Amino acid sequence: MKILVCISHVPDTTSKINFTDDNTKFDTNGVQYVINPNDEFGLTRAMWFKEKQGAEVTVVNVGGAETEPTLRKALAIGADAAIRVNVAAADGFSVAKQLAKVVKDGGYDLIIAGRESIDYNGGMVPGMIAGLTNSNFVSNCIGLEVDGNSAKVVREIDGGKETVNTSLPLIIGGQKGLVEESDLRIPNMRGIMMARQKPLTVLEPIDIAPETASVKFEKPAPKGAVKLVSPDNLDELISLLHNEAKVI
Amino acid sequence: MSVLVYTESDQGRFKKTAFEVASYAKSVADQLGTTVTAITINAADTSELETYGVSKVLKVTNASLESFNAKIYASIIQQAVEKESAKVVVVSSSVNSKYLAPLLSINLNAGYATNVLETPSNTAPFIVKRTAFTNKAYEMFQINTDVKLLGISKNSFGLKENKTTASSEDFSPSIPESGIHVESVDKASNKVTIADAEIVVSAGRGLKGPENWGMIEELADVLGAATACSKPVSDLGWRPHGEHVGQTGKPVASNLYIAIGISGAIQHLAGINASKVKVVINTDAEAPFFKAADYGVVGDAFVVVPELIKKLKAFKAQQ
Ligand SMILES: Cc1cc2nc3c(=O)[nH]c(=O)nc-3n(C[C@H](O)[C@H](O)[C@H](O)COP(=O)(O)OP(=O)(O)OC[C@H]3O[C@@H](n4cnc5c(N)ncnc54)[C@H](O)[C@@H]3O)c2cc1C
Ligand SMILES: Nc1ncnc2c1ncn2[C@@H]1O[C@H](COP(=O)(O)O)[C@@H](O)[C@H]1O
Repeated sequence: MKILVCISHVPDTTSKINFTDDNTKFDTNGVQYVINPNDEFGLTRAMWFKEKQGAEVTVVNVGGAETEPTLRKALAIGADAAIRVNVAAADGFSVAKQLAKVVKDGGYDLIIAGRESIDYNGGMVPGMIAGLTNSNFVSNCIGLEVDGNSAKVVREIDGGKETVNTSLPLIIGGQKGLVEESDLRIPNMRGIMMARQKPLTVLEPIDIAPETASVKFEKPAPKGAVKLVSPDNLDELISLLHNEAKVI
Repeated sequence: MSVLVYTESDQGRFKKTAFEVASYAKSVADQLGTTVTAITINAADTSELETYGVSKVLKVTNASLESFNAKIYASIIQQAVEKESAKVVVVSSSVNSKYLAPLLSINLNAGYATNVLETPSNTAPFIVKRTAFTNKAYEMFQINTDVKLLGISKNSFGLKENKTTASSEDFSPSIPESGIHVESVDKASNKVTIADAEIVVSAGRGLKGPENWGMIEELADVLGAATACSKPVSDLGWRPHGEHVGQTGKPVASNLYIAIGISGAIQHLAGINASKVKVVINTDAEAPFFKAADYGVVGDAFVVVPELIKKLKAFKAQQ
């Protein structure tokens, strides 16, 4: 089985979010980048397929050279090869178009992406790849097993879960639950050394006109101070929630 | 040229989000000088949509569509959009709508904006405000395609009544091969879900162990709320994964969010900040949650929560 794991390169979850150039660009100053958490769950599940079912795992990112340390980290965790499509990610649609080409050219059986990237929270790339390649697609995936050409996928739904049967080629939008938090791997020294020898192929992009554009950013207005209520006076809390906030 | 809205239903009944997206669509239609057409799939009584400004209903009724299928539903909505020559298509942010929308976007060559908060600030060029960076910023987002697809953030626009009379038309779209077959659905039918809840009661590691969740469930019960938890609580197996909220868990956009024994780490706050009113109960007055909350009680959950339940019961009895 050939697996492609789509890796979004995102600011670490603790990053301060600021903008430059008259609030039109994300300020990368001092920001640490990581593998998008949803993709890390997917990559870890791919490692399980590699070890238990002999899958071959390639990771891919659409982005500039600055994303290569993130791809190297995925190689250090155990992916066999990496691809970088050499173009800044303009919008979800153009990223999906680039990835759909990688998917078609590479003949992958299983494409693992994340439910959403934690930066722009687009939540659209995996579904768009599926639409563009006409592959089966399951989003909010919290369980995945593959047997030959068939797959059993568990999807989170509002208030529960749903188990579906489908077949390869398959694209999933993964999230926590696909593996447990405790299954996540920190690259060790040997992994990091080996990652240096593994192929990282840089592909030139195809020409695509984005459908959407970011015009400007704004930060939420600072919040007023908290109103403290004494634990001995919870009637006041109830009264505030009822009369002032009008939520109960 | 109308605005088309997909109004979701569950077992024949509209979800509340259906009325919210219809309200939103009506407002956009007014801006564009047009009307709203709704597409419904197996909704029993569509007259309720008239309260929220819908002028025409395309009614799909088909027993084979009982269980949701993203590809099939996306194809049905696409056919409705094409039939109506709609230029703006509106869907909700439910798990199912977020699943089908990227497929629909490709089918329609429609630029897609997710997590939309407001009606367009401008219609030519078409610009909407959305959240980005998990509620840490807003983005003004321009869509350049002829057809535009908007996914509306839950609880951002609210319900706006706008009485209309709607014509209703049975619609029989062609149904594509899906490739995906539902084997089983596992869903607690008697519980309020985090997605639908107006109030969410959430607890963290401060509760010490799973055996102490009785009072959390009771508090939720009194308030008609859904229960949720912080990430370590689900990682430790104290609560099911489906309850984990935050940046890497479920997003929460309820009217009221009550956080008990949760410190307020940035990753937690990011996922719940879209909630309108936040209450924190924590022994540590320095816990970061107090900076994000509207109301706070510095106190021991094991004392405060049972007391709050008692007082709420008395309050509810009076109402
Ligand atoms: C990549 C990444 C992603 C993450 N994503 C998420 C996410 O999506 N959601 C999430 O929640 N976390 C997430 N986290 C974890 C986050 O950083 C925090 O570790 C977590 O939110 C802390 O959970 P907690 O508040 O329950 O526990 P703690 O931080 O241990 O806080 C417990 C709190 O309980 C209080 N307390 C103790 N006893 C009592 C008592 N008797 N009564 C009242 N209060 C009491 C304490 O004062 C303390 O403030 C993520 C972390 C990383 C690295
Ligand atoms: N630039 C990118 N390169 C590779 N994969 C990406 C990129 N952007 C998004 N993805 C994948 O698509 C998923 C959803 O991203 P998004 O639609 O941006 O929220 C991510 O979790 C990744 O798996």
